Amino acid sequence: MSWLPKSPKARRRLTLVAAIAPVLILAVALTLWGLGDSVSFFYTPSQAAKARPPAGRSIQLGGLVAQGSVVKHPDGQVEFNVRDQASVDKVVFQGDLPDLFREGQGVVAVGAFRGDGVFEAKRVLAKHDERYMPRELTKALKAQGEWRGDGATPAYAQPASDKGGS
Amino acid sequence: MIAELGAFALTLGLVFSIAQAALSAAARMRRSTVLAAAGEGAALAAFVGVALAFAALIHAFVTSDFSVANVAANSHTEKPMLYKVAGAWGSHEGSMLLWCLALTGYGAAAALLGRSLPRGLRAVMVSVQGGLGTVFLAYTVFASNPLARLASPPVEGRSLNPLLQDPALAIHPPFLYAGYVGMSVVFSLAVAALIEGRVDAAWARWVRPWALAAWSLLTVGITLGSFWAYYELGWGGWWFWDPVENASFMPWLVAAALLHSAIVTEKRGALAGWTVFLGLAAFSFSMLGAFLVRSGVLTSVHAFAVDPKRGVLLLIILGVTCGSAFALFAWRAPKLGQGGLFAPVSRESALVLNNILLAAATATVLLGTLYPLIREAMTGESISVGPPYFNLTFTPLMAGLLILLPAGPLLAWKRGDAWGVAQRLWVAVLVALAAGLAAYALVSPRKAFGAAGLAVGAWLIAGVVAELVERTRAFRAPAAESWRRLVALPRGAWGMTLAHLGLGVFVLGACYETGWKAEAAETLSRGGSLNVGGYHLVLDQVGDVDGPNYEAERALIHATRAGRPVCTAEPERRFYPAGGQTTSEVAICYRGLSHLYVVLGERRDKAGAPVWLVRAYWNPWATLLFFGPVIMGLGGLVSLSDRRLRLGVARRREQPA
Repeated sequence: MSWLPKSPKARRRLTLVAAIAPVLILAVALTLWGLGDSVSFFYTPSQAAKARPPAGRSIQLGGLVAQGSVVKHPDGQVEFNVRDQASVDKVVFQGDLPDLFREGQGVVAVGAFRGDGVFEAKRVLAKHDERYMPRELTKALKAQGEWRGDGATPAYAQPASDKGGS
Repeated sequence: MIAELGAFALTLGLVFSIAQAALSAAARMRRSTVLAAAGEGAALAAFVGVALAFAALIHAFVTSDFSVANVAANSHTEKPMLYKVAGAWGSHEGSMLLWCLALTGYGAAAALLGRSLPRGLRAVMVSVQGGLGTVFLAYTVFASNPLARLASPPVEGRSLNPLLQDPALAIHPPFLYAGYVGMSVVFSLAVAALIEGRVDAAWARWVRPWALAAWSLLTVGITLGSFWAYYELGWGGWWFWDPVENASFMPWLVAAALLHSAIVTEKRGALAGWTVFLGLAAFSFSMLGAFLVRSGVLTSVHAFAVDPKRGVLLLIILGVTCGSAFALFAWRAPKLGQGGLFAPVSRESALVLNNILLAAATATVLLGTLYPLIREAMTGESISVGPPYFNLTFTPLMAGLLILLPAGPLLAWKRGDAWGVAQRLWVAVLVALAAGLAAYALVSPRKAFGAAGLAVGAWLIAGVVAELVERTRAFRAPAAESWRRLVALPRGAWGMTLAHLGLGVFVLGACYETGWKAEAAETLSRGGSLNVGGYHLVLDQVGDVDGPNYEAERALIHATRAGRPVCTAEPERRFYPAGGQTTSEVAICYRGLSHLYVVLGERRDKAGAPVWLVRAYWNPWATLLFFGPVIMGLGGLVSLSDRRLRLGVARRREQPA
């Protein structure tokens, strides 16, 4: 194998490069592919209305659960509206809601819009204690001037009666 | 009073850390053994100070002293004792104190056990460890004091988040932190080696036990955390590629790479610079984890309360510490010298490949974890990177690593014999192929990927056996001789065997569970039923129970298989009045290695009668997911008990044949 460098040091270096290069190429290619394909965007309803994500594309929809909009069907299907200041989206979800799901509070629904504009959620995340709220949601609410500090509810989401949620 | 004494002890700890850094640095410059001894004494004193502060915090929690802000925010008189104690590290402030305790503890241990190190190296190491202690203690004292008093104490505390009231969660942070922070000794040793300009076999032999100890503890900590997420969150999964999980997984991967590269440095003197680099990287990833968990920059179910100010402070600490360490590396590394030569096919090359794959896998996890931040900073769009990304990038790299793994230990140093290794592994190849084909043909539904995964798991385990056969010359030498060889194997070899075996067990569990788990959800009234994974579950009744600090609905769900009763699951749905929170308590029926996992959901009304949403999962071989890593961690500890790898032992010894 005469094309190999003569010096043992150079040979070792060549071996290392030959071992590292394919792994790096593989890692970079996989990463670019993965980041192009499997990131999911976060929208509030009004951002979603503007961005118009195509039906079936997985996104996260975050906002407040509109008062009085939660309908729980006995078969496990749940319908509710997620809203921000400007826009409302209807969400359907089959399954068990998170333990801290309430009307008037922030949620993030992970799923995709259907052709008819209804958001079909595969998973619903609610804040997991009284101090936690998804960061994207906090930011979006702050940007819209709806942020009233932790635990407070925006004016339009205040319950008419005192019974807040389920 | 005790809280004040604790705060004072914490401040003393900070002062002693500063003294430790300064005295040891002076000792190195003046080559003074007296100053060096003083520096080591300061390291010990710093640890005692922080330990007293920690004891004071636990005391405040146990006695429900709500005049301490941290206790008022995270404890409640009605909380069970275990969680009162665990509450001490359940909050941001308390966990930073635990971090400082581990950091000063490792500092004291390194100072005490460092007798066999060269004096200069040892003094610099103790000094760097003191510097780290100073930075983190200063942060704790000035920016997140866990013992700060409230001006007007409340009568009752706010309670710990009920999701966190769980034995696995109560005990996993100490393991995790002991693992995380154990990397600090490796970091200090790496910096010391760079300053001294010398990395040799003795250095590598000294670094490896610390890395082993930290890695083993981190393995146990991650496993406990994952087990907690598995049964407490009630989502039926065990790993979510959550940023906080990744934060502990990245140092684990780097430490695993370090353990392997340190062998090359120890045995062959090669890869010195790279090993030092990994030593710096391991603790940098630990600090990155501390930042990610506390900064609130990433959305996570595990993250501590959001406080950007503290996040910025931690980011500054991270930037300064890592920045200066890597700058030192760039400056000094070329002086570390070249090691022995090796052929393309050799044990060295196998370990290099192992390191490349582990490093590339770490890089993909890092990028996936930080990409949302980078993207948002650049475009303002909020995105999240979920499991699909990690499955796509991490899994192929790991698959490559796992497929190559059994060959590594069979290759000779310097120049290996690929054909000879292939001959020794052909039985393992057959076992793997048979396992894969059997899984594909016999387990329904047929899944090619799952079967391939099981084949890889079988390959790993068969490879470990093949390696043991090779070492003991079983089937070729007389049985008595093989037995003698088996018994005479060094503990380090047993450690490696166990760690690789544990990995194989984990891969088997992960692939079987992921490939063939089943899930069902139904709304059931009393007497209603659902089917999952061949089991028939009947909701018998739902009753009320009272816990120490919660009220619960508890269901009795009878499971049968082919008409025969199997077990009764009793999942609960708990309500904690102190925080107004509801949690689900999962019931798991252990069926051999597999789990029947039942979650009681919300109560609803259907035509006036109550119905409950019940979710059930069939998680085949899920026990192996947690058992495998435990074997791995055990392997690390067995290695650690090897005479040559005990903490603090670094004398040059002849390798037994």
